[in-house]
Amino acid sequence: MDIFLQQLINGLTLGSVYAIVALGYTMVYGIIQLINFAHGEVVMIGAMVAYSVIVALAGASAPLPPLAIVLLGALVAVPVCMAVGFTLERVAYRPLRKAPRLAPLITAIGLSIILQHLAMIIWSRNPLPYPQVVQSVSYHITDTPNGATITNVQIAIIVVSVAMMAGLTALVYRTKLGIAMRATAQNQAVAGLMGIDINRVIALTFVIAGGLGSVAGVMVGSYYGVAHYQMGFLLGLKAFSAAVLGGIGNLAGAMLGGILLGLIEALGAGYVGDFTNLCHLASWSDALAKRCETDPNVVLFGSNYQDVFAFIVLILVLVFRPSGLLGERVSDRA
Amino acid sequence: MDRASDASLKSYAGVGGFVASRRHPAFAWIGVILVALVLIALPFALATIGTAWVRITNLAILFVFLALGLNIVVGFAGLLDLGYIAFYAVGAYVYALLASPHFNLHLPFWAILPLGAAVACMFGVLLGAPTLKLRGDYLAIVTLGFGEIIRIFLNNLSQPVNITNGPQGVTLIDPFRIGTINFRNTDTFAGLAFTGPIKYYYLLLVVLVVVIVINLRLQDSRIGRAWEAIREDEVAARAMGINTRNMKLLAFAMGASFGGIAGGMFSAMQGFISPESFILVESIMVLAMVVLGGMGNIWGVILGALLLSFAPEVLRYTVEPVQRAMFGRMLVEPEVIRMLLFGFALVLMMLFRPAGILPSATRKRELEGGRTNGVQGAAPR
Amino acid sequence: MTTTSALPAESPGASLLVGEGISKRFGGVQALADVSFDIRRGEIYGLIGPNGAGKTTLFNVLTGIYAPDGGRFTFDGQPLGGQKPNDVAARGIARTFQNIRLFANLSALENVMIGRHVRTRAGVFGAMLRNARTLAEERDIERRSYELLDYVGVAARANDLARHLPYGDQRRLEIARALATDPKLLALDEPAAGMNATETASLSKLLRAIREGGTTILLIEHDMKLVMSLCDRVLVLDYGKKIAEGVAADVQKDPAVVAAYLGGDVALHLKGT
Repeated sequence: MDIFLQQLINGLTLGSVYAIVALGYTMVYGIIQLINFAHGEVVMIGAMVAYSVIVALAGASAPLPPLAIVLLGALVAVPVCMAVGFTLERVAYRPLRKAPRLAPLITAIGLSIILQHLAMIIWSRNPLPYPQVVQSVSYHITDTPNGATITNVQIAIIVVSVAMMAGLTALVYRTKLGIAMRATAQNQAVAGLMGIDINRVIALTFVIAGGLGSVAGVMVGSYYGVAHYQMGFLLGLKAFSAAVLGGIGNLAGAMLGGILLGLIEALGAGYVGDFTNLCHLASWSDALAKRCETDPNVVLFGSNYQDVFAFIVLILVLVFRPSGLLGERVSDRA
Repeated sequence: MDRASDASLKSYAGVGGFVASRRHPAFAWIGVILVALVLIALPFALATIGTAWVRITNLAILFVFLALGLNIVVGFAGLLDLGYIAFYAVGAYVYALLASPHFNLHLPFWAILPLGAAVACMFGVLLGAPTLKLRGDYLAIVTLGFGEIIRIFLNNLSQPVNITNGPQGVTLIDPFRIGTINFRNTDTFAGLAFTGPIKYYYLLLVVLVVVIVINLRLQDSRIGRAWEAIREDEVAARAMGINTRNMKLLAFAMGASFGGIAGGMFSAMQGFISPESFILVESIMVLAMVVLGGMGNIWGVILGALLLSFAPEVLRYTVEPVQRAMFGRMLVEPEVIRMLLFGFALVLMMLFRPAGILPSATRKRELEGGRTNGVQGAAPR
Repeated sequence: MTTTSALPAESPGASLLVGEGISKRFGGVQALADVSFDIRRGEIYGLIGPNGAGKTTLFNVLTGIYAPDGGRFTFDGQPLGGQKPNDVAARGIARTFQNIRLFANLSALENVMIGRHVRTRAGVFGAMLRNARTLAEERDIERRSYELLDYVGVAARANDLARHLPYGDQRRLEIARALATDPKLLALDEPAAGMNATETASLSKLLRAIREGGTTILLIEHDMKLVMSLCDRVLVLDYGKKIAEGVAADVQKDPAVVAAYLGGDVALHLKGT
């Protein structure tokens, strides 16, 4: 039970991060039907910029309180990532708005490669350790000594994520900008005719997505304690899978998909080893029984397959329920 | 006017050079012979600079195979595949596992290569059957995921039963053997030293010619036209009786088979493979060769493949001395510069010349002209 | 009004396509409600009705783009239903589209050659080997395609891109492409849309010639003069329901039809006088 609870907590934390990143994908997709392949890299830049700020501040002669350091790191990262998002849209996506889908996709891949390697040059090719400025405090959930715990970092991540999701929902459903975004998502041409400046709306969407991504980057860096120039790729892919799972183009879907994917990954990684432990079948085969005497873990699919879960979820969702749990169709009509 | 053979001649004439046209077939043939002579003499010329260059050329030719295979999927049928390297990996591993000390099997190459192609083809069908109905960018992501899944499995299938030997890869893979000629050793003949790589070069050249001919014929055939129709307007293609699902699957399967054969040859040539050779960036590289070279245009794709294969090598030889001369030390490694340039090339090409360096005529029209004159259809949905 | 034919299936005048109780709804909209009709071999059969009546929807259900919610078709004696569009074409029903769906960036000739796909057989190995049979088939495809282009009057522009053709020629090209599939039933969706009187007369001639050649024609049209002069029998739809079927002249006078087009008051007035 404790293992389950622990994995649940880990999954919720991971899922919150996925949800925030997935929101970035889904917002952009909702408004211009484009998968922003480079979004993962924006998240990475957020993590890297915050890293630089935190390292600089933490090493100062009169260091500020730890919370302030992290906040400052995030505060600097957010506008940087917003600027990156804005630039991406302006330079690479806007000119290709009318082009067939292949063109912006290739461009996005190109941008992703450029950003990764620029980061490699600017920061380092090696993983960068996040200084542990905030002391990690664990709170026990259950009474047993080695029971499930939740750390303050995890709590912070979940709380911040929920806050941002709430904020974004309020923005999209209760403000003028939000209506403009939803209108542009429904029908760009008509929205323009109704007086909405669609260029501005689309640019703002990218900016907001960039902001969300930067916070996610800081969260990931703080949680895993490391930032690496390639961290954006896998994270981005998984978050995209989460967005598809929930229903791409659908905000609630991205949030739901993110949490779900986090849970699937954590629980999956935790239990897949148990489920596929061939020693359960040791009675069927002598050779197996013999092997299990010395090694009780003859595991078919261990936690090293963790990354595969997201891909499998993605493929399964797109094949069997392309609209995702809450969203729109993505396949061509028959 | 015999249009079908006319088009073929124009395609073949591409080899002959810029003057070639159906009005001067003589020029076409002279061009072809010249190119053939250069190609035959090439390895010995390269060997004087260094044997490494022959190996580099061989790898470049393998990438040409891959690019041509992917061209069937992306260029002819218009399907986005971002995980194409998986088929290369499958072919490579099939060969490695059947011709090495790993399982102590040493089957001859002419038996394994078709098997590798068949296994890759099967994977292609397995992947394509449920996913080819997806819209462009989604298909791209799914194929990307599939490519990664294959790589992860190859990396991890060493437990509990050692199938692929995990990250260490498979070593001591048998080279090709034709009769008494072993492709690993050096034989002297007519005063020339035929090293291993040089032998592989000629074999690859022969296979290349066959592959090119197959591609040209496919393009100008009933199947090729069906693919074009699907690319232009899938609804109309279906209404005209084309089984679009099967045609797409066919494109996928053919592309996969090409990849599988190339993979097998890669295994034999290298003597060693590991999952590291089949990472995502390779899939992107092959896609870039097709797209930047000229999607749908066989010669464009070949050009793209050659450019992107030789560029890193050329960079390696120039970037380092230039940096040392300018800055006194190496600031940025050639590999990083290569990837940066690659990324910029992708972005700039899509912005300014999306049809590629040597665009196929139809693609150019699609990408730059768009649809006009009321032919833009919108079937009621 | 509708009569099922008592003649044996193969002879002219026998039913080629029978629709019984076809229904289709999209969410809250009942696009087709219990539509039944009967098209006889060798006739030119019109499908008319105000905009939004469900005419193109009936086409789409017939050709497999949508699955009907109810009812069934019988084509050439065999049931037709649940098939995909390419199977429908293989069975012998070819169509054109309201908004013209040509292969824009391919030449006119290539468009028609693609139409021959469903009646030819060369596969991958034929393509790669270019054996005698494949080559013969290719020559035949090309010859047939030229003939069709000539038949519809577009042969002069065989090598021009489809999207560069003038509008009227594009419509004809679409017909040629559909004919290339050797259909028993040719279903045309507003082939005369956007044409002036001369072009329409020319089209009329072409359609008559096609009928003489043995192909049955199903025609959606808004041009009443064309419909009345060309069609043997006509089906009238309004709000998804059939309101009349029969000989064109009779249908024209049917008060329900007049009401549908012009409004109930006018029909009453006509009836009264």
